Amino acid sequence: MSDPLFSKKNLKLLSDPINGSNPITVQVLGICSALAVTAQLKPAIVMAISVMAVLALANVIVSLLRNTIPNRIRIIVQLVIIAALVILVDQVLKAFVYEISKQLSVFVGLIITNCILMGRLEAFALGNRPWPSFLDGIGNAAGYGVILIIVGFFRELLGSGSLLGFRIIPNSWYIAQGGFYSNNGMMILPPMALITIGIIIWVQRNRNKGLIEN
Amino acid sequence: MNRNGNTYTFLYAAIMVILVAAVLASVSLALKPRQTRNFEIEKKQNILASVNIESTVANAEELYAKNIVNEYVVNVKGELVKGDAFNTDLKKERAKAPKDMILPVFECKTKNGLKYILPLRGTGLWGPIWGFVSLNEDMNTIYGANFDHEGETPGLGAEIATPAFQAQFSGKKIFDEAGKLVSIFVAKVGQVAPEEHKVDGISGGTITSKGLQKMLLDDFSSYKEFLIKKKS
Repeated sequence: MSDPLFSKKNLKLLSDPINGSNPITVQVLGICSALAVTAQLKPAIVMAISVMAVLALANVIVSLLRNTIPNRIRIIVQLVIIAALVILVDQVLKAFVYEISKQLSVFVGLIITNCILMGRLEAFALGNRPWPSFLDGIGNAAGYGVILIIVGFFRELLGSGSLLGFRIIPNSWYIAQGGFYSNNGMMILPPMALITIGIIIWVQRNRNKGLIEN
Repeated sequence: MNRNGNTYTFLYAAIMVILVAAVLASVSLALKPRQTRNFEIEKKQNILASVNIESTVANAEELYAKNIVNEYVVNVKGELVKGDAFNTDLKKERAKAPKDMILPVFECKTKNGLKYILPLRGTGLWGPIWGFVSLNEDMNTIYGANFDHEGETPGLGAEIATPAFQAQFSGKKIFDEAGKLVSIFVAKVGQVAPEEHKVDGISGGTITSKGLQKMLLDDFSSYKEFLIKKKS
């Protein structure tokens, strides 16, 4: 109870999911949206922020209510809280960043079914106080978001030759302009997202031997 | 109160649902005007795109006001009737009997002369598809086209919304030399059709392509009388 706000234990809640217990590369949750929204960097970033907002808030709300939620309907209560927050995010996106909300379209709704959310609510928020729950939500969403952004970075750079819509590969390099370079159309398609995530998992396990199973 | 009892559980669920509903309803009401404005800007961008005018969210309204010189609605007999062209809900109109249908027309002044823009709506594989087609003053040659869809498969049916597919329509004709309405064939490889009435369909998007072809034929047929009147 007397823990300082950013005690070692609390900071671990933030840092652990980014590497050692990353929701995507270690727990292999939330893969569907990681494949779908990462063809460009911008939707990947917006998705990461949306999930972070929803997960942190849902964790805090469930944690605040944890002693009142009737055990028999706790999953339904969690779902209602997530769904309500997701609809709020969707409405806000439609009102303020319409273009991106069109690109994310169904995937914002699919945050509701993102296993990371239910997993964190059930495993962490139901048994912990609001502040650690908040950190846990931010940490896990950050772990999810980091992977999304890395995948989005490579897919947009190699698939479209741009980043956040800005051209990175000079136009004169392209074969059509007499150059030698051509975008890799495969990067735009979901299979390459899966392969990119596979490469990230490989690199991560190579550096972090603790993750290798016997 | 017993936290595991039925009364507690029911009360909890009821109060939670009412609270959540109230919050969502008020947010939806508060954000409605902004969202409606976004839809309108998108529609204006699509209309402008069909006459090959590129616009951004910021300048769409200005360009629309400058270039779209006239908008009105007609009935299937081609007569001018009262109505609001921009806010006509095509989905509702298509459900009516043909004689009650109203058909919006937009006139656009471009550097290549006056263009007539007709909105279209049909069905793809998963849901509705729609678009705008602009015609030259001969009421026959297509000047430009813009299509969009709700949820066609990305990479397959969704390709109808790409510039590469839409660019094919430019210069095609919807009436044949005898003056018969033939519309545009969205053809598969090997299908024979006169070049001036044919565009290439989408590999793997056959049902969307067929839906688009049907949409073009159905909707041009509704406008047929108007087109003939305007031409003469």
